[in-house]
Amino acid sequence: MSYTAHNLTDTIVALATPPGVGALGVIRLSGQDAIKIADIIFWGKKLEKQPSHTIHFGTIKDDQGRIIDEVLASLFVSPHSYTKENVVEFSCHGSNYIIQEIIQLCIQKGARMAQPGEFTLRAFLNGRMDLSQAEAVADLIASNSRSSHDLAIKQLRGGISQEIKDLRQQLIDFASLIELELDFSEEDVEFADRDDLRALVQKIQKLIHSLIESFQLGNAIKQGVSTVIAGRPNAGKSTLLNALLNEERAIVSDIAGTTRDTIEEVLNINGVQFRIIDTAGIRQAQDAIEEVGVQKTMEKIEQSAILVYVFDVIQMSPEEVRADLSKLYREGVQLLIVANKMDLNPYTKFEQYFPQQEAEVRKTNDTPLEPRNPGTPEPNQWVPISALNQMNIDYLKDKLYQSVISQQVSMDDAVVSNIRHYEALQKAYDSLTAVLQGMDTGVTSDFVAMDIRQALHYLGEITGEISTDDLLGNIFSNFCIGK
Amino acid sequence: MFPTYDVIVVGAGHSGCEAAVAAANLGSKVMLATMNMQTIAQMSCNPAMGGVAKGQIVREIDALGGYSGIVTDHTMVQFRMLNKSKGPAMWSPRAQSDRNLFARKWRNMLEAHPNIDFWQEMVTGIVVKDGRAVGVRTGMGLEIPAKAVVLTNGTFLNGLIHIGEKQFGGGRAGERAAKGITEQLIELGFEAGRMKTGTPPRIDGRSLDWDRMETQPGDEEPGKFSYTDTPKLENQMPCHIAYTNQEVHDILKTGFDRSPMFNGRIRGQGPRYCPSIEDKIDRFAQRDRHQLFVEPEGRDTVEIYVNGFSSSLPEDVQYKALRRIPGFENAKMFRPGYAIEYDYFPPTQLKASLETRLVNNLFFAGQINGTTGYEEAACQGMIAGINAHLNLNEEEPFILKRSEAYIGVLIDDLINKGTKEPYRMFTSRAEYRILLRQDNADIRLTPLAHKLGIRNMEERMERTTQKIEAAEAIDRYFRKTSVSPDQLNGFLEQLGSSQLKQKVKLHGILLRPNVNMRLLRDVLPELNQFLSQYPNEFIDLAEINMKYEGYIQKEQEMVDKMNRLEEVRLHENFDYHQLVSLSAEAREKLSRLKPRTIGQASRISGISPSDISVLLVHMGR
Repeated sequence: MSYTAHNLTDTIVALATPPGVGALGVIRLSGQDAIKIADIIFWGKKLEKQPSHTIHFGTIKDDQGRIIDEVLASLFVSPHSYTKENVVEFSCHGSNYIIQEIIQLCIQKGARMAQPGEFTLRAFLNGRMDLSQAEAVADLIASNSRSSHDLAIKQLRGGISQEIKDLRQQLIDFASLIELELDFSEEDVEFADRDDLRALVQKIQKLIHSLIESFQLGNAIKQGVSTVIAGRPNAGKSTLLNALLNEERAIVSDIAGTTRDTIEEVLNINGVQFRIIDTAGIRQAQDAIEEVGVQKTMEKIEQSAILVYVFDVIQMSPEEVRADLSKLYREGVQLLIVANKMDLNPYTKFEQYFPQQEAEVRKTNDTPLEPRNPGTPEPNQWVPISALNQMNIDYLKDKLYQSVISQQVSMDDAVVSNIRHYEALQKAYDSLTAVLQGMDTGVTSDFVAMDIRQALHYLGEITGEISTDDLLGNIFSNFCIGK
Repeated sequence: MFPTYDVIVVGAGHSGCEAAVAAANLGSKVMLATMNMQTIAQMSCNPAMGGVAKGQIVREIDALGGYSGIVTDHTMVQFRMLNKSKGPAMWSPRAQSDRNLFARKWRNMLEAHPNIDFWQEMVTGIVVKDGRAVGVRTGMGLEIPAKAVVLTNGTFLNGLIHIGEKQFGGGRAGERAAKGITEQLIELGFEAGRMKTGTPPRIDGRSLDWDRMETQPGDEEPGKFSYTDTPKLENQMPCHIAYTNQEVHDILKTGFDRSPMFNGRIRGQGPRYCPSIEDKIDRFAQRDRHQLFVEPEGRDTVEIYVNGFSSSLPEDVQYKALRRIPGFENAKMFRPGYAIEYDYFPPTQLKASLETRLVNNLFFAGQINGTTGYEEAACQGMIAGINAHLNLNEEEPFILKRSEAYIGVLIDDLINKGTKEPYRMFTSRAEYRILLRQDNADIRLTPLAHKLGIRNMEERMERTTQKIEAAEAIDRYFRKTSVSPDQLNGFLEQLGSSQLKQKVKLHGILLRPNVNMRLLRDVLPELNQFLSQYPNEFIDLAEINMKYEGYIQKEQEMVDKMNRLEEVRLHENFDYHQLVSLSAEAREKLSRLKPRTIGQASRISGISPSDISVLLVHMGR
């Protein structure tokens, strides 16, 4: 039962166009129930009644009747489709949020997320491709699913993953107790306390629920690499943000302290999502509102993966820059030092701000010069730009992209960002509900055990552990059994 | 002196007997070779058949035409259905057997079979020609020719018995060990290992004070194992329950320095779930007592088996400790418990048919494959016997799926995962245990046996068909018959179940917690009248199918999904090394274990989902 991954009878769903922001996104549903599922969420003509190879306009609505998007639905009836199964393709607007919402709806209505390469796999199994093509597909699947698994694990770092592991282990202990009752009922052993089990199941459900919520709130959907732009007032942070986004978002003015709250924007660079957080400037606050803003900046930096420190090459001395950095820099955050307004002083150099000999001195001296030091910045962390003139903005984008690609960024936000995790959480939640229902209606423990096994299986999908193989081992090491 | 037999079975324990019967009932000419014809179907350890998961296996053996269930029904002295308070999938029949009668009945049934011959002598080797087993060699230097050989040597291969510091060769107390076969198989390229098991002391029942123990009677309405018309058990004998105490433990501890378990003399791996008493008090020091089942060995003997007191401590320590158990103050010992080490062959060297990969037409079954238990051994023997016959006739092997039988789970586990300790069946090993019940083994398996052409299956098949049809008819009755509030409200009130406001279908009432068929029959005379045409067994099936429909369906769906993978066949000679997309571990394991299907491959440890995708792509359908 550890093997639901390759269930070829399921209806599967996934984004068929490349990830990232485009004008359009195409979501493909394939499988026996593709048309049935589409009809539940698609408001327009009943697709079931339409002929193959037709396109229909309509809206996608969620359970509350809220319109997610206007879409075109393309209908391909088995066997006349790419996979030879029933296929519906929704062309929707290319917003990541919309795409994720629609995929999520499909999953809620019975589809499951496609494995990497699964559409192609089905196409092959249903006789669409020859063997030489298949060879290429096999390689793709092998490399894709391995890396995507690694990625998924990485995405779920920090406390949550550990918490799920701990709760899962507790559930395994309970499952062992129940299995013990079943296989060793004749023996002199103590059995599982139903109230404790109920409490544990509820505790796990609560955690899972909060995780599911975090996903549904769009937190995770918007979630990219969190990137904080910080610097003194009027260093040009908001202008930089606008330059990056290529549009006017933040309020830009010459009055220092205009940006009082943090502003979040999503930026897509070569398919990598960045959550850019513009902050209020850092300086001694003049009023209460601004002080809150500064406080927020520090918090945001704590939570971010990348810190983009912006300074004005005209206004700031090397000492001030270094002082700012020692105040802002946090261990584990990837730092980019953006020298802004280079058009006004094109001869500004990294070495002027970070003389090499200072680094040498620090290395040989036991007592640090400054209490919180940003380490020794490397010249490649130095990004000279002019935000106002859009000068070198692409270079900055490339630097941001490289930071992620070279995996120098750690993502500590413990929220569910992976739709496969979301799906597994949903199923684990449902199985646990069945456990509680079973106990309520007083079914015997063999049936309760069945639902617990399912829940363990899905939790294991998240933590990457195999499911129930260890149950017996657990029993033997903890209980004295055997006549 | 000998004709060429179709199948030679080496060893006449539970596995060997079923192997001989299975091949013979398919029409093979069988030779059953054993060192001692007086010990055919000897119960070496516990005088009992069945138990949790094991009882289900005996029912499966019976449904497939094996004899273990029939023999047990004829020779048991007590019957209990274990786990009655759990769901129907957990109900497990267990019988206390009369040890001597059990062996005698088996021998009678074997002797009554025209296709089975016997030879009493130690087999010391297998004759192998061109990679095929073509006969066996005996200790006297005789060669018996055959087309296939089934090895069921149990604990006899280089068996070594330990009691305290004494150790001596032997396959069972008072019997010789078998030599030669292990050495030859290793020469042929087989990997061998060592395992250990143990047995408790036997006691003189006349020396026990029964009043100081708890009595454990059999079921008031004893059931049975066979789906055939075997006799009903009368005059059951009770078992007794006694407990060790701190004093017993302290005495046992005085022998630890002379224990072969603790001083490293025993190297073989023993079973964790069947620990010796010394192991229990060592590993679970916090427990101040352990439960013992005091079981009769038969109707006409005073010999007593002390279940739970397996030990290889010195005999004087065993004796002294026993006498501190309440009820055992004056106990006399017939013989001490002992541990035995023996050779086994890691079962990953077998195909799902139980034929070895290295030598064609050579089959292994029972403890030689690293299992423990009569039931586990018997079912393997049956499958090996069937497949030995099918092999000779160039027919497809008979392989049970994990979703069809515990036997399927057992063999699939053995050949794919191997085992590091003696393998015993547990219900938790099965993914689909709600489907694998003791009440429906006939429905699951008898049609398969019938199709194979096993002798005398027609009548059984007819009865199985009747049972299925009856369950369907009862189901229809429950779905179409309505009951009114005044018929049932009094009854529902008594149960604390909510009242009816209008007429409802009987089916819905049955689904309520606390309601069952028996109670409904008491309050609804028409229902009782309708059901009286069916045997109870048929009604039970109908009730289970209705009451647990949701769970049964859920599992059935899981099975259907899994079966898609089970049906994708892999070629045995496929060169996995050419698939560079597979992980190195997968290439190595698949090349070595040669799974028959994608489903089987997916259960091999170390094979990842992406490896399976790669295989699917390459195998196509």
